[in-house]
Amino acid sequence: MTSSVHQVLEIARRSVVRTLRQPAQIIPNVTFPLLLLAINSNGLRAATHIPGFPSNSFLDFFIPIAFMQGALFASGTAGVDLARDIDNGFLNRLALTPLRGWALLLGQLGGAVALGAIQATVYLGAGIAAGVRFESGVAGAVLLYALAILIALGFGTLGILIALKTGSGEAVQSAFPLLFFLLFLSSMNLPRNLIAVGWFRDLATANPVSYMIEAMRSLVITGWDVQALVLGFLFTILMIAIGLFGSARLLKTRMART
Amino acid sequence: MRDEHGIDAEKLAREYKGGIKAVDGIDLRIEPGEIYGFLGPNGAGKSTTVHMLTTLLPPTSGTARVAGYDIVKQGPQVRASIGAALQEAALDPFLTGREHLRLQASLHGLSPDERKRRSTELLERVGLTRAADRKIKGYSGGMKRRLDLALALVHEPSTLFLDEPTTGLDPQSRTALWSEVARLAKAEGVTVFLTTQYLEEADVLADRVGIIHRGHIVAEGTPDELKASIGRPTVEVTPADPDQHEAIEELLRNFGTPTAGDPLTVAVRCEQEADLADIIRALDAAGLHVAQIQMHEPTLDDVFLAKTGTSLEGAAEEEEEEEETEEEELEPVKA
Repeated sequence: MTSSVHQVLEIARRSVVRTLRQPAQIIPNVTFPLLLLAINSNGLRAATHIPGFPSNSFLDFFIPIAFMQGALFASGTAGVDLARDIDNGFLNRLALTPLRGWALLLGQLGGAVALGAIQATVYLGAGIAAGVRFESGVAGAVLLYALAILIALGFGTLGILIALKTGSGEAVQSAFPLLFFLLFLSSMNLPRNLIAVGWFRDLATANPVSYMIEAMRSLVITGWDVQALVLGFLFTILMIAIGLFGSARLLKTRMART
Repeated sequence: MRDEHGIDAEKLAREYKGGIKAVDGIDLRIEPGEIYGFLGPNGAGKSTTVHMLTTLLPPTSGTARVAGYDIVKQGPQVRASIGAALQEAALDPFLTGREHLRLQASLHGLSPDERKRRSTELLERVGLTRAADRKIKGYSGGMKRRLDLALALVHEPSTLFLDEPTTGLDPQSRTALWSEVARLAKAEGVTVFLTTQYLEEADVLADRVGIIHRGHIVAEGTPDELKASIGRPTVEVTPADPDQHEAIEELLRNFGTPTAGDPLTVAVRCEQEADLADIIRALDAAGLHVAQIQMHEPTLDDVFLAKTGTSLEGAAEEEEEEEETEEEELEPVKA
């Protein structure tokens, strides 16, 4: 019998290797958020003149969105990979080994974490090269990097949840715009206190994605905002917990061994 | 690893929502080291049986023991004792053959040294040493099947399940796979449960054959026993003039029962000790001209026809049509 840690590492290894061997999947995932960052930080910089806007650089304000978009892309990758395994019978192959269900889940998320790490490295590097300045210093940049990977892991669990529910890569891809919709209904483009339309502000306030963005944003433009960080990490961990719990339940049906 | 228990099943059944019985109370006794061919058309219940015996699907009733372990109560022990190559060669297109073996061996708990030794040995045995470090997306269908077999054997199981292992393979790859399966059973004492829809495969490879139709085992025995149970040869006549097809059919009814076959020929299973000369004399006397006439000994398809009333090929089409209409309902019920 193999140890659980060993099983997680083996599945994670496979997940990372197959992710890295699909450059067509990685390159658009990395470049699209960078492109959007470049366009918005120029096109929307007039927003910094709005009274009460928390930064005089829209690039500083907007860079967390690149991390969020990267995390969403990672969720699609993790979900589609698992859905393919279900569809082509690879999950049955794994089910015939002593592999534990939760080891499969954690290992499978390895690809999402690897992709999240690659993306976060690129965004961080590109941001610093373009002049992003961290009010929280180097430690804040490291914390933002860690939070970005955690968020990628969280969205990865959602991708896996959808894959286990539907067993279809197409269904995972179809759900992806819905997750993206959550991003648009957040404080992505403006701080919540500056959103003039009441219903939009309410939705952004109720949207956990806003708090993840604000936690990352605080490290860049504010410094050490404990409340923002606690809320950001709390919602991220909650998302991971819900994703893993739901996935574990669904996996019992998908991997219905006696 | 040599098997000492074989496979036993008693009234094993799997029912889906809507009361559809994919497998309807089958009994099996497969001896250790035996190659058991499970023959039937698509949708007959072969794969459902394999999924139950390999612990991937709980039966709704009945019991079974594989390698001495109960498939419901001792799932982990069953899985540790078996190897399985299921219907589709489920492989990751982005991994190499060697990486697949490494993953499989590792999950089965083999040490790094054992993994390396076993992978090298199996790659050589299935003829994939040169392709071992190529990604699967570059493999042919035959190479995928051979790797699938190697993966099933990585932890040296005592019982092997092969679900239609040669579907879609070219004759050369098929023969190579048959040789390896036969060697495993004879030289290593591995019990092999093989599902197939190919008559030739069951005939050549299996020590015993079970014919499954609509979830029931309708016949069981060695290929020779099954064919002998039919006992009567089939006469097949190709009319020289297609307009005489009906007249020839009418005449041949005097010698036996019409059987399904090529629409351009007339075939009857002889009802008594037939003499080809009598048939030829009768055709000549009736002024009927034939392009070709042949008599052949019973085949497993004849056995299938005799037991189910339809040929294996015809049954496959029938079952496929039913599968299309029933697919939406085939949600498993809780066992």
